[in-house]
Amino acid sequence: MKRRYTISVFTENFIGILSRITLIFTRRGINIDGFTASESREEGIYRITIEVNTTEEQVIQLSRQIEKIIDVIKAFYYVDDEMVFQEIALYKIPIDSIDPGLEKVIRQYNAKIISAEKDFVVIEMTGHKEDTQDLLEVLKEFNVLEFVRSGRVAVAKPMVSIDKYL
Amino acid sequence: MNDSQIRGAEIVIKSLVAENAKFIFGYPGGAIMPVYDALYDYMDQIQHILTRHEQGAIHAAQGYARVSGKVGVCMATSGPGATNLITGMADALIDSTPLVCITGQVLSPLLGTDAFQETDVVGISMPATKWNIQVRRVEDIAPAIAKGFHIARSGRPGPVLIDITKDAQVALGDYNYVPCLNIRSYRPYPKVEDSVIDAAAELINNAKRPYLLYGQGVILGKAESQLKAFLDKTGIPAACTLLGTGALSEEHPNYVGKLGMHGNYAPNMLTNKCDVLISVGMRFDDRVTGDVKRYAKQAKVIHLELDPAEINKIVKADVPVLGDCKVSLEKLVEKVEKKEHPEWFKQFRALEAEEKRVVVGNDLSPTKNGLTMGEVIRHINEFKADDAILVTDVGQHQMVAWRYFEYKTSRTQVTSGGLGTMGFSLPAALGAQLHDYSKEVICVVGDGGIQMTIQELGAIMQTKAPVKVVLLNNNFLGMVRQWQQLFFDKRYSFTELDNPDFIKIAEAYNFKVQIVDERVDLRQAVAEMFVHDGPYFLEVKVEKEDNVFPMIATGSSVEEVRLK
Repeated sequence: MKRRYTISVFTENFIGILSRITLIFTRRGINIDGFTASESREEGIYRITIEVNTTEEQVIQLSRQIEKIIDVIKAFYYVDDEMVFQEIALYKIPIDSIDPGLEKVIRQYNAKIISAEKDFVVIEMTGHKEDTQDLLEVLKEFNVLEFVRSGRVAVAKPMVSIDKYL
Repeated sequence: MNDSQIRGAEIVIKSLVAENAKFIFGYPGGAIMPVYDALYDYMDQIQHILTRHEQGAIHAAQGYARVSGKVGVCMATSGPGATNLITGMADALIDSTPLVCITGQVLSPLLGTDAFQETDVVGISMPATKWNIQVRRVEDIAPAIAKGFHIARSGRPGPVLIDITKDAQVALGDYNYVPCLNIRSYRPYPKVEDSVIDAAAELINNAKRPYLLYGQGVILGKAESQLKAFLDKTGIPAACTLLGTGALSEEHPNYVGKLGMHGNYAPNMLTNKCDVLISVGMRFDDRVTGDVKRYAKQAKVIHLELDPAEINKIVKADVPVLGDCKVSLEKLVEKVEKKEHPEWFKQFRALEAEEKRVVVGNDLSPTKNGLTMGEVIRHINEFKADDAILVTDVGQHQMVAWRYFEYKTSRTQVTSGGLGTMGFSLPAALGAQLHDYSKEVICVVGDGGIQMTIQELGAIMQTKAPVKVVLLNNNFLGMVRQWQQLFFDKRYSFTELDNPDFIKIAEAYNFKVQIVDERVDLRQAVAEMFVHDGPYFLEVKVEKEDNVFPMIATGSSVEEVRLK
């Protein structure tokens, strides 16, 4: 059965590591639904969060193949219930479509206007994909000029520390 | 700058010497010229073998690595030199062969500008290497080589690429070689857990029809004597994969034959009759399993494996024994009971007799007119030394030679298994021979494959390596033709070859030559080949349209192995 998995990878900061990781997905014809990378708590260790829709068998294989990369320290995989995760979305709305209804929507979704320019405003919302997608649907009546959503950032609920693998 | 500083190019050579590399297989060119210049002063410490194509260089390094157990080193220039190594890297990766490949690269300020002979070899080789790196600073050269050797030879071995820009080669730096012993993100030897050893031993001790499959992991892990001790005590029948061949002498009483598409009848059939399947250092390649949905479903599987990514990849293991098989076999042999399985062995021997009757007799002692590949191998067995090394190419001759050559010692079987690279054998035989001139190295090759790397006759000529080339010529791409016959209604689409006069070619390269097309001359010709001290080329004109059997057709179960 396919479901959403998040693979959390801890790696050394080595040129080419992202290519090596994505090749594992490309070769197997698996789409990456979300991808973020940043430095972790430990200086010099990077944390990559990859979202995929696949089976448990496949996600185990993917994680092991990722761990096989020399500069990867550890790869964990989780279902959504095992993680706390968040995504950020930005919506660009033309200034002339703003009306009192917009304020209501912003309040209702706990979004905010982070920039107001001469011709447009930019609304920001953080949350799960379903929520930011909902807001997108609602904002369509205000004429969304641009929309972008980040990959997820996530921390795991299980109390496993990377320290153990260093 | 101080007086003790040397050029990066010299650091490359000194680092290779520090790693005890005896040979560099390579081909010079613009972006690697500083290293070749440095090499000129080190010819007494390291030997460079000039092949005639970079693909030849890397296959020769593979042949050397496979028989010696050491890291093979090859070298090429940037651009086409580097891309010509890719097939060998892919081959070495899938067959777990330790290699360090060094390529020159354009000046670092020119990277990404489409400079002359620039190619992104680090990018191209990523899926074909265990690890790779581009070095742009002289101070990074020695650490990269140290790390490369450690990664290539440790854990599950594999190829490593080190791409060095020309400016790093000519820059001056300090030489201080520190071998790499540990990389924090890389754990090559997972610890063998005692609890899984107990679980495995319990399954083995209670098994009625246990069956062991061994692969190249036994050879790479230097666990041949541990495997033998385990089999001696447990009395379990054992079969080998293509690359595991030779890990156990075929004269061992527990040896029951070879696995896979063209392996032996009994070992394939009885895979689906055992109750406990113990696989040691093998990865359930599709050529071994046939239809995996109908593979050993009745059996409990114990999988001794070093690479965590191989566990449950193809066949689910009831007891995965992660770790070095030398360690796990040593632990396991303490926990298993001494046993014999005479009834179970009888089943193997009965099917073996059936295969002898239907297939082997006709292959080895044919009565029909045309010469068979099998009878050539029979005569080779008659004259070869016990530790002779057989290097084969890819195709019908590969399967026939593998089936009938008598393997008695480890590291005597060199072939391209996982990748199936035609053209592998001639350069690989050169590499194998260079490791030890006193050993017999026999290169059995087809008329298709030899023409993919035939230029390496030149490298053999120049080194005077006494390789014995046995060309089995049927003027066909025989294996493809066999499939066309069996699965494509005999539509022989582009498989027949108009061949050159191979004897004239070999003579031009100073080989002693001989051609045979009549059975009556065959034995004498093989005998002469073995007494000749120097490169030898024996061409045997074999039956044009012979097939290799037994055979498990793609998608069939191991139980559906065909004898004809």
